[in-house]
Amino acid sequence: MSNIFAYVETRGPDVRKVGLEAVTAARMLADKTGAGEVHALLLGPPGISAKASQLGQHGADVVIIVEHANLANYNPEVATATAAERIKSGGYRGAIFSTTAQGRDLAPRVAARLGVSVVTDVLSFEVEGDTVVVRHPMNIGKVIATLAISATPAVIAMRPNVISPAQNAKAGKVENAQPAIDPSSARVKVIETRKGTGGKLDLAEAPVVIAGGRGLKSAENFKLVEDLAAAFGNAAVGATRAVTDDGWRPHSDQIGQTGRLVSPELYIAVGISGAVQHLAGMRTSKTIVAVNKDKDAPIFKVADYGIVGDVFEVIPALTEAVREAKKHH
Amino acid sequence: MKIAVCVKRVPDMDVRFRIGADNLSLDEAGLKFDINDFDAWAVEAALQLKEKNAGSEVTVISLGPDVVQETIRKALSMGADRGIQLKADKVPFDGLAIAKALSEELKTGAYDLILFGKMSPDSSNGVVGPMAAEILGLPCVTAISSLEIANGKGTAKRELEGAQEIVEFPLPAVLTVDEGLNTARYPSLKGIMAAKKKPLEVKPAQIPAPQITVRKLELPAERKAGRIVGEGAAAVPELVKLLQTEAKVL
Repeated sequence: MSNIFAYVETRGPDVRKVGLEAVTAARMLADKTGAGEVHALLLGPPGISAKASQLGQHGADVVIIVEHANLANYNPEVATATAAERIKSGGYRGAIFSTTAQGRDLAPRVAARLGVSVVTDVLSFEVEGDTVVVRHPMNIGKVIATLAISATPAVIAMRPNVISPAQNAKAGKVENAQPAIDPSSARVKVIETRKGTGGKLDLAEAPVVIAGGRGLKSAENFKLVEDLAAAFGNAAVGATRAVTDDGWRPHSDQIGQTGRLVSPELYIAVGISGAVQHLAGMRTSKTIVAVNKDKDAPIFKVADYGIVGDVFEVIPALTEAVREAKKHH
Repeated sequence: MKIAVCVKRVPDMDVRFRIGADNLSLDEAGLKFDINDFDAWAVEAALQLKEKNAGSEVTVISLGPDVVQETIRKALSMGADRGIQLKADKVPFDGLAIAKALSEELKTGAYDLILFGKMSPDSSNGVVGPMAAEILGLPCVTAISSLEIANGKGTAKRELEGAQEIVEFPLPAVLTVDEGLNTARYPSLKGIMAAKKKPLEVKPAQIPAPQITVRKLELPAERKAGRIVGEGAAAVPELVKLLQTEAKVL
């Protein structure tokens, strides 16, 4: 038996892209362990069951739907209890989570409840007999570890954006289930949710990330970065630690060693010198562009393409050019 | 209030790491070590609570060989009251093994609050706090960036993707600390002198057999050298062309 469990993250009534990545990863792991089934758990508000077919298309054989009016937002205690109970009763070989704020909170709790360990921020995995072997960045990405997980289930949380959601149609048979505990009985209660400034797209998931640094000179000038992001249409806005420390942007926007890790298709560094603390959060991006007035800035050492120049001149021109390019698409 | 803070000794990240001859560990020669930043913010949070709540005690716990006593002393010099070293030859990668060893000690302390940094940059796994919470059966809030405790209840802010949550939790509880909660104080000379006389207990760690083993450490492939496309706004058309035709991201 080599069935694989996938935890599908939701936001309100929607499945997040990382949720589809988790199902895709689970499908890959099930195929590697030998023709096992993928069982995807989807917790959300009433109506979330409409998303089951989407998970089937991405490789889920079974979709376990837990609908509850109090599950529009992530509820750690309900998610932990429900996922742990299902994994325990399902006898899975592996369980896939996502390395997001939600997944970083959930995966270790579920694993601890199952009495097994967990590896987060996983870049890739292989199966070798009874062992799942994963690659995991350490020391802020300056060292890559190959780790052997002997536990069953092998619990891993994938880094967002390392696996593209792939179509691989399976039955997606729906099973309805109840939350393992009553959501109103959770000990930790959310008393307020405040929307962030980052827009709809999350930094970890966005295919394009535009990040601003001190070179922008003021909080107001982040408008340039936001305009460029808007021109792309699929971009999220990030910042360096210097900028979040100065309060120009919230801490949740900080990309780097102590902040968010991103690996988008395209990363554009605007007025960022490229301190080691920042590079730690973005060096695995597929294509890196840097605009900085200092030709010796360390960011140019990791950038695929650089423009030496004044961001106040280059970025508006780039925004206009991107807008034009998108128009002709 | 009785507060425990679990701290880790980590190398300074601003270096070029070398892999040891065994390919399983880092070559530690020349590395500088200090308390993990997130853990220092956790210590600071504990000290601020202690200052507001007379009669409080802050205990600092670290797992590892005798060198972790330096890390504990640093926290004591900031103002923590006592330290416990859970002595082990080395700290395993396996977060569950670490969480179990720490929980063995934590469960004996009758703590009102147990604080962890949200992660350490060396192992970059970030799982020990929430795992310990589960093992101890305590409520848990991860990655907090604000904290108030009043009338036996806590309120904290945590950042989620695209949103902030304000949560309320009962005590005792386990919290993990994110950046932005506070700025850690520097130990004063007086604090450093006082720390030398504070109790630091050494106990053997009870680390279960790990379920995760390191097979290999390696340095990541260097990014291939990029190029300067040009200077100023005049370089924009060429950049856009490269993004379309070469990188194929536009």
